[in-house]
Amino acid sequence: MMRKSKLQIKIQNFKFLVVVFTFTFYFLPLVCFAQPISSAELINNAKHYDGQTVVYEGEVIGDVMGRGAYSWINVRDEGGAIGIWLRQDLTKDILHAGSYKSQGDWIEITGVFHRACAQHGGDLDIHAQGIRQISPGRQRLEKMNLSKRNLVFILLGVLCLVLILKQLKRV
Amino acid sequence: MILKPRLDDIKGIGYYVGKIILGLGLTMLIPIIIGLASGEVNPTLDFLLGMEIAFISGLLLTKLCYTKKDLTWMQGMIVVSLSWLVAMVLGAIPLYLSGHWKSYLDACFDAMSGFATTGLTLVQDLDHLSFTHNLWRHLIMFIGGQGIVIIALSFFMQGIAGAFTMYVGEARNEKLLPNVIHTSRFIWLVSIVYLALGTVALGVVGILNGMKYPNAFFHGACIFMAAFDTGGFAPQSQNMLYYHSFAFELVTMIIMVLGAINFKLHYHLWMGNRKEIFKNIETTTFLITVTILFFITAFGLRQIGIYPKIIMLFRKGFYQLLSAHTGTGYMTIHPQQLINEWSSLAVVGIIIAMALGGSVSSTTGAIKMLRVGVIFKALIQDIKRIMLPERAVVVQKLHHIKEVFLKDEQVRSVCLITLAYLLLYILGAIVGMFFGHPFLNALFESTSASANVGLSCGITNVNMPTVLKLTYIFQMWAGRLEFISVFTLIGFLVAAIRGR
Repeated sequence: MMRKSKLQIKIQNFKFLVVVFTFTFYFLPLVCFAQPISSAELINNAKHYDGQTVVYEGEVIGDVMGRGAYSWINVRDEGGAIGIWLRQDLTKDILHAGSYKSQGDWIEITGVFHRACAQHGGDLDIHAQGIRQISPGRQRLEKMNLSKRNLVFILLGVLCLVLILKQLKRV
Repeated sequence: MILKPRLDDIKGIGYYVGKIILGLGLTMLIPIIIGLASGEVNPTLDFLLGMEIAFISGLLLTKLCYTKKDLTWMQGMIVVSLSWLVAMVLGAIPLYLSGHWKSYLDACFDAMSGFATTGLTLVQDLDHLSFTHNLWRHLIMFIGGQGIVIIALSFFMQGIAGAFTMYVGEARNEKLLPNVIHTSRFIWLVSIVYLALGTVALGVVGILNGMKYPNAFFHGACIFMAAFDTGGFAPQSQNMLYYHSFAFELVTMIIMVLGAINFKLHYHLWMGNRKEIFKNIETTTFLITVTILFFITAFGLRQIGIYPKIIMLFRKGFYQLLSAHTGTGYMTIHPQQLINEWSSLAVVGIIIAMALGGSVSSTTGAIKMLRVGVIFKALIQDIKRIMLPERAVVVQKLHHIKEVFLKDEQVRSVCLITLAYLLLYILGAIVGMFFGHPFLNALFESTSASANVGLSCGITNVNMPTVLKLTYIFQMWAGRLEFISVFTLIGFLVAAIRGR
């Protein structure tokens, strides 16, 4: 009875260790995301990060450019923008891309960083393995700047005055 | 004894500067139309304000300085150099009002960079800039590339004898047609035909690369204007890297080379004289220098093994080199990569390419191919003189549209301008070094500004000191106008202060 219980305890311990290892090395990275690296850090230390899996986050800007089964997007943070090469299906959740009239989706990309990608003619890029939306973008409503409008009318008046004066002098 | 300028001098200068300001104000109609069409309210107001200020100042100047007298050489040169400064100040108004430039000086920096077709920029958050402002950034490159005065000559002036002075003052010393106004109109005709073709080509490539319809053609038009005028602005912050497209890069390479060709050569090609391209001293010199400098750059890049494949070397090494040599400044790498990743030898290859530039009477800056060719021919002539008996008469010919004999006075003027460029490159580098930048970086940025290229190794940024911003503005201005009109203005100011 005693022997059996010791074996059971060992098996239980082993199972526990398996669970801990699995959680630590497989599930934990998926649940607790690594610290994102900024574009400035990636570009300035491109050699160091070359070929490594990195986490990068920023705003999607410009166009989502489909290229067959894949797409290019450009993602910008404070320091600059980096091109992201990703599967077409990963782009379906991108609803807003940054422009004058819209704030782009803020996303997090996990992928392999290349300082001179052999597949893309030497581009500095990230080949995304997965993306996650952090905050959705939105359309930006433009309100007329009233002081600018008023100044336009004032200067229009001055311009008319100058034109009239010019005509009067000729007469 | 220096003579103080007379009131007539000032009136003549003021009157023609006023006319040019009116022309510049009219060009703001284009972004206003785009602003209205794309429903961008505040950007449209920015340009209405800019246009009104231009019209008021232009009308006042033409009224107060009204004269029927024609321009003298000195007045013409001063009109040109002053017009470029005034264009910078007026062109910066809508940019500054957008809120994307941290200070008015930064907006002036970008306006001068645009007009002088340089491409260095201090814009903030470019990726959220309106269509209207973005179009203006590229349009001023198109206007500046052809020449601000050329616009006025083409559309607003009729038969003034002083037109040629202003034409020369804007660094164009070759007439294509007997009349300078007809020449200016031809330059615009060529540019607009190429604009239509280039926009369509880039737009189609953009669509094939997955861009949306209106955006693809907007980018096409902007990129064409900046590439053909060897400017280097782009609608997005990543410059050419935004497109991730070899096809797009190839088309821009063709446009950059077209922009770097002498308008006189364009004229002869249009007239069917296609053999000229193979015989002309500028095209042959360009081919030789591109080959030698690509060898240097490629060797430098091979040393560090960053681009092991030929296609990578072509898209990164050759693209940057051609962009530098044509004075465009488009980049397919990040500016920091130039300094952090490239070897010094590769960077030196790019600096030399920037320093040499494209053809005379094109939209490029820098020393230019005709001058490089002339210096090379003069060197051969001098070597022959040493080698041959003293009694031998040594003549040296060069082919530039027609066969011409090399004259000593031509060599002298070429050497003077070349020397002035070299001094300007070094001056900017020294100023850069005063602010703690390493020699190679400072020389790179200085050459880029003086030669109106626009490639950057990262020095040009919004936080750089005001003195450095002013230095680069001066370099862009003096480099674009090829010194003579700038020196004349300085002389005029000295005469106004110290003259009797």
